[in-house]
Amino acid sequence: MAEVLVVVEHSGGAVKKLTLELLTLARTLGEPAAVVFGAPGSAAALTGRLGEYGAAKIYAVESDELTGYLVAPKATVLASLIGDVAPAAVLLGSTQEGKEIAGRLAVKLDNGLLTDVSDLAADGTATQVVFAGSTIVRSKVSRGLPLATLRPNSVAPVPAPVTPAVSPVEVPLSDADKLVKVVDRVVEQKGSRPELTEASVVVSGGRGLGSAENFKLVEELADLLGGAVGASRAATDSGFYPHQFQVGQTGKTVSPQLYVALGISGAIQHRAGMQTSKTIVAVNKDAEAPIFELADFGVVGDLFKVVPQAAEEIRKRA
Amino acid sequence: MNIVVLVKQVPDSGAERELRSDDQTIDRSSANNVLNEMDEYAVEEALKLQEALGGEVTVLTMGPEQAGEAIRKALQMGPDKAVHVLDGALHGSCAVATSKVLAAALRTLNPDLVLAGAESTDGRVQVMPHMIAERLGIAALTGARKLTVDGGTLTVERQTEEGYEVVTAATPAIVSVWDTINEPRYPSLKGIMAAKKKPVQTLSLADLGISPDEVGFAGSTSTVVESTKRPPRQAGTKVTDSGDGGVQLVEFLATERFV
Repeated sequence: MAEVLVVVEHSGGAVKKLTLELLTLARTLGEPAAVVFGAPGSAAALTGRLGEYGAAKIYAVESDELTGYLVAPKATVLASLIGDVAPAAVLLGSTQEGKEIAGRLAVKLDNGLLTDVSDLAADGTATQVVFAGSTIVRSKVSRGLPLATLRPNSVAPVPAPVTPAVSPVEVPLSDADKLVKVVDRVVEQKGSRPELTEASVVVSGGRGLGSAENFKLVEELADLLGGAVGASRAATDSGFYPHQFQVGQTGKTVSPQLYVALGISGAIQHRAGMQTSKTIVAVNKDAEAPIFELADFGVVGDLFKVVPQAAEEIRKRA
Repeated sequence: MNIVVLVKQVPDSGAERELRSDDQTIDRSSANNVLNEMDEYAVEEALKLQEALGGEVTVLTMGPEQAGEAIRKALQMGPDKAVHVLDGALHGSCAVATSKVLAAALRTLNPDLVLAGAESTDGRVQVMPHMIAERLGIAALTGARKLTVDGGTLTVERQTEEGYEVVTAATPAIVSVWDTINEPRYPSLKGIMAAKKKPVQTLSLADLGISPDEVGFAGSTSTVVESTKRPPRQAGTKVTDSGDGGVQLVEFLATERFV
């Protein structure tokens, strides 16, 4: 069976959930082979988890140099690996870095690229949901091999344990790979909450929260539900919450099992980023707010009364 | 410092958007077409750099005749001139082919810095800066929320999932920007009048030395097989809080097994 290359995303010695989704999808297309980029020793820490989800092979691309430059070296290494193993498909996460590596790869190989797919069938047909969730597109790569980036939370990760064979891959970098140097990495707001795009529950706050201070209501409910915190553009633009948590057309696209919208009217800008969530719950004082058109359950009322009561009720039931 | 800003005309993301049933490209006839919002931030950043460092700001787009409207919108903010790559054979081009055309146009302009919006509101693919950089062999610094120029060195602060990172590169380079980087100016009446007289050069594929079969549907590396409208979400239960709204909400969550 031909290999399907999966580019692994990891952080702090842990494999990200999106990678487990990619491995699960890869198994339907061929034999999953995980490609780990990182400092020396990175792959060893991830082998167990990658094997648990079916990575028969692991390509360990390890170098201190690699992490010091932006994406270009990774695309170079992948292009050479693709030449060597002739995979059936190449899958990456639809994250900023995943898309950027894939974009460079597409140009290097003169190969088609399908981004933000929610599924990739065995015949190479991808499914994409576009235009703020209003249209479903089926598309195919017409030149080269299937090269796709998968939107987080599209596939339920299912274990299929194997013992991976680990092969080290040499990293010969050229000057063209070293044009952009990373001089500093700053971790902000890294709490115990799950990452926004990967979370199965997202609780978001909007203009209705009224202040940065009041966002602790959103955080409290998110923590009780084990979810991530999001914010509407109105809330981030007003400085209520940091910009990287913005959900919407100009922010993150999320597709969790449960999306809770607090004090968010549901302008199309916001809906574009959360419309494909499985279950949507909204609290808003305006009964006419468009968010209620999408909500499976909506409460028309004062969020400063409804949310604390809901939090109390969850604690009671716990 | 000579700067080229990449701009794109897109269907208004605030209105209904559709794909054409005949060839699966964006239906521009039914949509209200606008300058891609994120591109305004790229234009603003270019103008701020020009104010500080001098040089020329050129707007570059690839698109059909009507994309000229987006060029005018951008010129109203203050850039000096524009280049419009316009050729019937471009219709249906994929991202890979588009990057080939834009890279060829940039070679004729030879800028120190290329600025672009971090994404367009229609495709939201975000790959163009890296595709172009790959073709031109220049640095790509994407998703900037802050850009500083010191001689020939660029430093960018970019948002990441976990915080931000600081990256640096030498010019020539391409930088894409998010809407956190600045506050775009509104065109003044003077700017609107002046834009009408600013030079817009049109380039064809022949001018760029690209054969028509390398672009459009013929040269595309991916194909849309079909598209269907997704059924709109149905509104569910809506209750008005009369003192137990929070409890009712949790009851719903419990039936759905979230608590």
